[in-house]
Amino acid sequence: MIETPLISLRGVVKVYGSGPTAFQALKGIDLDIMARDFVAVMGPSGSGKSTTMNILGCLDVPTSGTFLFHGHHVEQLDRDQRALLRRRHFGFVFQGFNLLARTNALENVELPLLYRGDPKAQRREMAMAALDKVGLKDWWDHTPGELSGGQQQRVAIARAIVTEPTVLLADEPTGNLDTERSIEIMELLTDLNTNSGITVLMVTHEAEMAAFAHTIVHFRDGLVDRIEAGHNGVVQDGKAPA
Amino acid sequence: MLGTIFMLALRSIRRHLLRSFLTILGIVIGVSAVVSMVTLGKATTAAVQEQISALGTNILQIRPGQGFGRGGGGSAPQNFKPDDVTAIQQQIGGVVAVAPQAQTSATAIYEGANWSTTVNGTTDAYFKVQPWPLKSGRTFSTAEEKAGKAVCIIGSTVEKNLFRNTDALDKRFRVGGISCDVIGTLTTRGQAGFGGDQDDVVIMPIKTVQRRFTGSTDIRMILVGVDQAYATSQVQTTLTSLLRERRHITGDKEDDFNIFDTKQISDTLTGTTTLLTRIVAAVAAISLVVGGIGIMNIMLVSVTERTREIGIRLAIGAVASEVLMQFLVEAVVLSCIGGIIGLLLAQLVIAAATPLMQVPWTFDPQINLFAFLISAAIGVVFGYFPARRAAGLNPIDALRHE
Ligand SMILES: Nc1ncnc2c1ncn2[C@@H]1O[C@H](COP(=O)(O)OP(=O)(O)OP(=O)(O)O)[C@@H](O)[C@H]1O
Ligand SMILES: [Mg+2]
Repeated sequence: MIETPLISLRGVVKVYGSGPTAFQALKGIDLDIMARDFVAVMGPSGSGKSTTMNILGCLDVPTSGTFLFHGHHVEQLDRDQRALLRRRHFGFVFQGFNLLARTNALENVELPLLYRGDPKAQRREMAMAALDKVGLKDWWDHTPGELSGGQQQRVAIARAIVTEPTVLLADEPTGNLDTERSIEIMELLTDLNTNSGITVLMVTHEAEMAAFAHTIVHFRDGLVDRIEAGHNGVVQDGKAPA
Repeated sequence: MLGTIFMLALRSIRRHLLRSFLTILGIVIGVSAVVSMVTLGKATTAAVQEQISALGTNILQIRPGQGFGRGGGGSAPQNFKPDDVTAIQQQIGGVVAVAPQAQTSATAIYEGANWSTTVNGTTDAYFKVQPWPLKSGRTFSTAEEKAGKAVCIIGSTVEKNLFRNTDALDKRFRVGGISCDVIGTLTTRGQAGFGGDQDDVVIMPIKTVQRRFTGSTDIRMILVGVDQAYATSQVQTTLTSLLRERRHITGDKEDDFNIFDTKQISDTLTGTTTLLTRIVAAVAAISLVVGGIGIMNIMLVSVTERTREIGIRLAIGAVASEVLMQFLVEAVVLSCIGGIIGLLLAQLVIAAATPLMQVPWTFDPQINLFAFLISAAIGVVFGYFPARRAAGLNPIDALRHE
């Protein structure tokens, strides 16, 4: 029995700029991602990893090609429909954390629920539960300025998972952290993947971090170069050259 | 959802206190400057108009000679005589009252107090030509006028300085060598528009002044009160031809007297103060613009920070219109707070300045509303439009904004 992929990219091209300065960052990406997979994306700088992640997270749109999510054509949605899709199904973690300044951890985590229109009591409860999951329950009233980098990234993860998304996208989540902090984050992502059933896509430069994933996708020059199994993962038939 | 957006806007204001304060400051300065300047300007105009109308607006002043000081060569023009007054009374239509005047200055003495003042000889008609209510007592009787009795009505400055706040009515004091009974006291009239204290005066029957002070029947000035129903210019024309005839001026020879229309001065002065109000309003408008530029600077400086914030909100699933609504509410709330503080401050400035400028306190709803709306609009425009641009970006571009 062949499982249909959760996400399916076909011939995705992204061109930045126009005219003589136009630059083709993605040259036709074909990629399938199964539900509940833990995928690490690797590749040299400038190979189009972030561009792909942004398109997958509906933060940006492809110039051409198709993007199927649950069998729906995402590339045909308008701005607001994409916003609603992000709200419901995607959590995004950035390398630079991107928390609201002067806003405490709890309120940062609450924010996606606020736009979803949840009542206050429920917001509080869910945000506290998310903070608890990332081990920052006691730090709820600290602003980003009062938290370490690792703590800020964990707040960002709590914010990304508080809506119980289908997919968690993380672009170099450990890029600004030391190895010890990075491994904590990886353990957290692994836990979310195995215990909460969230599909995780993560960009990383470090093989040590990629080893936590089931699947490792290698990018080169705006194309998918090869796909291999991670140390913890299972090699999928016909996909990973040993 | 609107409640949530309102809450988000208030949170944002609270978290960016300095930025909010500076935004409000610009609006406060703009609103208070415009409102206080324009209100004070209008109050000054009103005060000047009131002084002029107290002077009487339908009065013609007739003096010998050509205009002020322009005596010209040759012999001095002759003064008027009592016959001229009678002729005006009998032959000119639309005249309410005709009051001759003979003036001199003299020193008044009462129980050791000295006060040098103006002695003005006139008739009962003087009080009919212009509104100048008595504080106490009465005006001259016909018998007193005919006989040239030593009776007088005194202005409030004389009353204050000579009688030291005691009741002057029915007292007798010496002025320029004669003894004089006070039969009436006048209410305070205030400064004349052209300098000089109108209340520093002792008014006597003209015969008394002519006989005991000037020693001739010459009249230096005639005041003519014109009926409201008649145009002063028309009365002025008939007066001119009557006086030319009586003074034997023929052909194209120039008048050797002049007729002065107080309505003209009133119009001129009103025009001047209106112009001043406009200039002041222009200055105030500049301060409104400066306030607006202040707001704009603050908003532009914070645009990077705001664009990133908008990027974050969009990335976690906010719809562009929700984010925009939040920024709009924030701008409106700040502008309204600033506008209200500005209006209150303006009222304080006006309340403090009116006694100093000796103008009445006034409240002009139009200018208050106008200044409020303009500055609120500036706040909203500069708070909202950068946000609108940012919300139009892809979330990822907004996040990357430098
Ligand atoms: N907004 C943009 N405008 C123009 N070119 C861009 C833009 N964003 C990315 N690019 C270009 O597209 C290419 C791919 O960029 P991308 O950010 O996807 O690389 P990456 O694989 O994430 O690299 P890194 O590992 O350094 O983060 C790069 O050559 C980059 O210069
Ligand atoms: Mg990148």
